[in-house]
Amino acid sequence: MALTREQVENIAHLARLELEAGEIPQFQQNLSRIVDFIGELERADTAGVAPMAHPLPGLAQRLRPDAVTERDEHELYQKNAPQVAAGLYLVPKVIE
Amino acid sequence: MIHRETLTQLSADLRARKVSSVELVRTFLARIEASQPTLNAFVSITAEQALADAEAADRRLAGGGGGALEGVPIGHKDLFCTAGVRTSCGSRMLANFVSPYDATVVARLKAAGAVMLGKLNMDEFAMGSSNETSHFGPVRNPWNTALVPGGSSGGSAAAVAARLLPAATATDTGGSIRQPAAFCGITGIKPTYGRVSRYGMIAFASSLDQGGVLAASAEDAARVLREMAGFDPRDSTSVDTPVPDYLAGLGAPLQGVRIGVMKEFFDTGLDPEYERRVREALAVFERLGARVREVSLPNLPLSVPVYYVVAPAECSSNLARYDGVRFGHRCRDPRDLQDLYKRSRSEGFGAEVKRRIMTGTYVLSAGYYDAYYLKAQRVRRLISADFERAFGEVDLLMGPTTPTAAFALGAKTADPITMYLNDIYTISANLAGLPAMSVPCGFAAGLPVGLQIIGPHFAEQALLHAAHRYQLETDWHQRIPEQYA
Repeated sequence: MALTREQVENIAHLARLELEAGEIPQFQQNLSRIVDFIGELERADTAGVAPMAHPLPGLAQRLRPDAVTERDEHELYQKNAPQVAAGLYLVPKVIE
Repeated sequence: MIHRETLTQLSADLRARKVSSVELVRTFLARIEASQPTLNAFVSITAEQALADAEAADRRLAGGGGGALEGVPIGHKDLFCTAGVRTSCGSRMLANFVSPYDATVVARLKAAGAVMLGKLNMDEFAMGSSNETSHFGPVRNPWNTALVPGGSSGGSAAAVAARLLPAATATDTGGSIRQPAAFCGITGIKPTYGRVSRYGMIAFASSLDQGGVLAASAEDAARVLREMAGFDPRDSTSVDTPVPDYLAGLGAPLQGVRIGVMKEFFDTGLDPEYERRVREALAVFERLGARVREVSLPNLPLSVPVYYVVAPAECSSNLARYDGVRFGHRCRDPRDLQDLYKRSRSEGFGAEVKRRIMTGTYVLSAGYYDAYYLKAQRVRRLISADFERAFGEVDLLMGPTTPTAAFALGAKTADPITMYLNDIYTISANLAGLPAMSVPCGFAAGLPVGLQIIGPHFAEQALLHAAHRYQLETDWHQRIPEQYA
């Protein structure tokens, strides 16, 4: 199935990616190939087969006790932040 | 020559004070520096810290103390977080990211006394099978530098193959330990999903990712894995089941062990000379008393399309965290928040990562979720059931690790599907969460060939024992590329 330019642009937007105009045909071609390739799955008979999300059968996600285990280490973590002030992450103005 | 010794031997020599950790670290650091312009196996070399750690290890050894790997040099794939050291994940996005904490794997190996020499190059966010998608440039194969080392753990594999390190950590989401092990002629093990903690391991596809080891032999891999494995309350998918001593009983006879040869892995895509080497290896197991027979896992050929739905879906979700706000690359002068997100991500990620994020976004988007994502999860169960059935009849499964030996740089970059098909024999073990290894079993046209061994859940010990027993009979794992010998 060939994806249209508009479809590729829409996927990029949903993924919060900005493609340059010149790159779009390449992504369009690659993604169309990938969609064709994964389309092979259609042929598999999966009637009555439950989806498998976890690779270990029968294991349920473990719960931990509802207790405070982490310390406040925002200064350490914010060392990697592009822009902070007064312990807050800075972003462009959102509300006028 | 000290660099040719196995990790097992080096560890014994350290303990016996025949060699010091400082000597070892200096030897391997010199080899790393000399190889870097050619192989590019490392993203960061932590020489100063390594020498300080080696001195401390030597003091502990002098006092008769120290852990199981005290003073042994190792390296970490650059997606394991290392406190105070850059962890780039092979991406521009994290080119300046300094981990605030250690991954559990890193902390455990540190506690066992291992000395880290640096962080190893890899495909960007572990997405690739050739190490060509790294922001820090491709890694080259020490057997022939015109060829790729495999990926995504290409730096780890090239470093061990060239004996720049006796062992390295790696991760495997669809073959990223086993395929580079096969291409570089070394031993690699991907444990059962949940066996090794994923805490501090940068996420790609959370239901498939698993950390493991690349080493020169099964015995060395067992020695490192023994320290890495085990329950970790910080990883909600870590399984709370005891870790056996992988070294105990190594070399036990293979008499009566039932080996299934996976028919579907000997398809038309398999190189004939590669196949001969694998068949010769199977004959060795037969000679050692194993009962070898053919088995069929009919849904295995669907592994690659299942993977390219499930892995991109999980990747698009995991990589949503890179927003240019809290850490990672941020674009200059964003106009507004949308522009900040979009340009930071577009500048920070390479083409393959973008392809996978977009594939994942597509299969999860409204109207396609059932057709692709749920469908792939159903086929995943069929593949898993094939394995379960097979393990009702045999103890271990064997086949080739890859369809061909290492290929040339640039040979498969034009079409993503051609690259993806390179993992056709490795992906199924990840989908089913099974432990799997690649073991060197000869050469095809002068290049290393890998025998793949897959076992039931938590059967790492059986895999390591079979591989070790094979390595007592053969010397393929001892071959080192001439230039690095």
